[in-house]
Amino acid sequence: MIPELGHYALILALAVALVQATLPMIGAHRGDIRLMALGRTAALTQAFLIILSFAALTEAFVTSDFSLAMVVANSHSAKPLLYKLSGVWGNHEGSMMLWVLILAVFGAAVALFGENLPDGLRARVLGVQAWVGVGFLAFILFTSNPFLRLSPAPPDGNGMNPLLQDPGLAFHPPLLYLGYVGFSVTFAFAIAALIEGRVDAAWARWVRPWTLAAWCFLTLGITLGSWWSYYILGWGGFWFWDPVENASLMPWLAGTALLHSAIVVEKRDALKSWTVLLAILAFSLSLLGTFLVRSGVLTSVHAFAQDPARGMFILAFLLVVIGGALALYAWRAPTLQSGGLFQPISREGALILNNLLLCTLCATVLLGTLYPLFLDLLSGAKVSVGPPFFNTTFVPISFALFAAMCVGPFLGWKRAELWPALVRLRTAFAVAVIGMILAATVIDSHATLAALAFGFGVWLILGSLLEFADRVRLGRVPWAETRRRLATMPRASIGMTISHAALGFVVLGSVATAAWNVELIRTFKIGERARFADWEVTLTNVEPVRGPNYDAERATITLTKDGKRFAVLTPERRMFLVQRREVAETSIQTNFLRDLYATLGEGDAQKGWTIRLYDNPLAPWIWLGAALCAFGGFVSLSDRRLRVGAPKRSRVVAQPAE
Amino acid sequence: MKSNRLLYLLPLLTLAILAGFFGWSLVSGRDPASIGSALVGRPAPTLKAPALRPGEAALTDALLHSGKPVLVNFFASWCTPCLAEAPLLDRLAKKDGITIIGIAWKNKPEEARAWLERLGDPFAAVGYDLDGKMAVDWGLSGVPETFLIDAQGVVRLHFRAPILEKDVTDRILPLLKAGGS
Repeated sequence: MIPELGHYALILALAVALVQATLPMIGAHRGDIRLMALGRTAALTQAFLIILSFAALTEAFVTSDFSLAMVVANSHSAKPLLYKLSGVWGNHEGSMMLWVLILAVFGAAVALFGENLPDGLRARVLGVQAWVGVGFLAFILFTSNPFLRLSPAPPDGNGMNPLLQDPGLAFHPPLLYLGYVGFSVTFAFAIAALIEGRVDAAWARWVRPWTLAAWCFLTLGITLGSWWSYYILGWGGFWFWDPVENASLMPWLAGTALLHSAIVVEKRDALKSWTVLLAILAFSLSLLGTFLVRSGVLTSVHAFAQDPARGMFILAFLLVVIGGALALYAWRAPTLQSGGLFQPISREGALILNNLLLCTLCATVLLGTLYPLFLDLLSGAKVSVGPPFFNTTFVPISFALFAAMCVGPFLGWKRAELWPALVRLRTAFAVAVIGMILAATVIDSHATLAALAFGFGVWLILGSLLEFADRVRLGRVPWAETRRRLATMPRASIGMTISHAALGFVVLGSVATAAWNVELIRTFKIGERARFADWEVTLTNVEPVRGPNYDAERATITLTKDGKRFAVLTPERRMFLVQRREVAETSIQTNFLRDLYATLGEGDAQKGWTIRLYDNPLAPWIWLGAALCAFGGFVSLSDRRLRVGAPKRSRVVAQPAE
Repeated sequence: MKSNRLLYLLPLLTLAILAGFFGWSLVSGRDPASIGSALVGRPAPTLKAPALRPGEAALTDALLHSGKPVLVNFFASWCTPCLAEAPLLDRLAKKDGITIIGIAWKNKPEEARAWLERLGDPFAAVGYDLDGKMAVDWGLSGVPETFLIDAQGVVRLHFRAPILEKDVTDRILPLLKAGGS
């Protein structure tokens, strides 16, 4: 009964979305207030229906209703509650449900918080959003219905891919989708602006909070995904340039560029058509990410959701959405007049450089990800583009970005001098160079690229902090004045400092982990010892343990230093009973400066067990830094000036830019 | 102004090209997971292995040049996908009359023998490659892998996975028919 209600609610939601996609658009065109107002009602109704439908599906998972085909395929009665919940979205149909749920909730948020938006703009934004919703709802209802019944119902389910049974991964898809789908609002704003033919400072300010929110969630989503692959795949790495990782990195890069170019639109009334294009691209790349994961066009560790039959539908949908948007762009964007001219050495000049570099990075990732596909189709040759390609292309370009990132905020709008900015950064530069030399000589004499990157990490942190200190005139004016400046400082610029400095921590963590880790792989019998970095390692014990839905072998590995116990690691090898699949459970000991990381491989008491040990210096900084980066975004989001709907267009309209 | 217009069309054109590739990829039915094989279209590598069944002659290249197409199947008793593949191989040998040569890979002979006794032995000749040395020439990446070698001793197909019903009907049998077995 409840699943049928859910199914019915979903069909109704499609009908409501169709109404929302058409009538408010017509209303905006004719200037009919009542039709425009319908957009808000429809958006709220649609969100309510989809929440209902999603709740019905969740109920089926929680109560293990095995008359639903999807529950049978992806759940099991012995699974812990958290994974019954995450099982809702840990598969193709459910993840699409999560996608439309978030889309509808974002739509409702625009309807609720967009009070100060002009009626026409709001109606169009909601209309565009609804079109995307129509596509996804139709996709679910016609090709991937999650409410299919099975008769007779089997006694128990097949369980879920054990790799996904992990708290990190339970929250990874929702966060990632909040990011992906968040860009749909920005996208809708861009399309609405193209239809209206107007992009101005007020538009940029309305778009900014949505872009920021989407960007923050995407940052967190990527961070969790990377953390998951670090400790569950047991390879000791944190980023593999896997097509699916790249698919989430591309919208992030485009979104980051958008975040910065929107500032130029807001402050200088320039870069308009470019910003609109970025808004379209950020969402297009999000859609592409979904497509790549699901269509079977590329292989990856995320193969769990592949189905070529659905690929065509998604491709057609992509073509309509992205193709339609870009066609509209080609038609309308040339009419968007740019405001001022500007100097290369200025804040806006620096932001353009930032955009160029970010877009180059994004194009590099796109090329690297799709190249194997192109080559395979054109010549039948099989290649895999891996870390070597990205290390030689992505890394040097990002160095340029890092170098410019600290200088930009020191430059004023319109016209600035480069030299004084550099002079004010001299301390950061000096320390970064010292750090670089230290890294090159003390830690490692042949990894010069790593030493260079290490220097850039230091530069980013210090440069951002110096800019902050400079802004509050720390030490140059009396303390009371500094405090006053601190109190009145806009949250947006505090957020910027946090995020920029946080990126420095990510760089330091990545470099140290990738270049200076120590690795030991060998077989141990119980009681055997070996040297590992500064420690002596002993395999103390291996014992069987029982989990809720798995049996496991747990090793106890003791690390001692000068005879004193330093750490105990307990990696496991879990055998999931339902799927007959083995998963290594990594054991990590961290003190926030280094991770001691151990995984247990195959073996028995006679032959010994294969054990991998890693000492990853600064590894926790990667994820803490990335989380801090997202936090900076949230701080910026809390800025009064950026509150959703806060800016009014009226005063801008008084002196139109066109 | 005209060139400017074209600039605005550039994103759309890029999308069209990308979409063309994606569509082509979906229609072509290519398997992104397949690695392909360097051996296809070349003479089969050397076959030289001691016999698994006691009292039989060792396996040699002569088996690949009998004037009849053969399947060469690498397996191991410890490999679960091989277990899944076994009934199909059995049917191919007994019903379709295809000659299959088996090689137990990195498998103790007595274990492989016991496994074949239990599941039924589809092989016309079967050897073992305990240290996996011979398999290196065959470009083996694991078990099960299956090669179709034509009457001239040339490798025609290479499966890097358990063969499935559809592999047999779509690829193996048509080739055998065309080859005039």
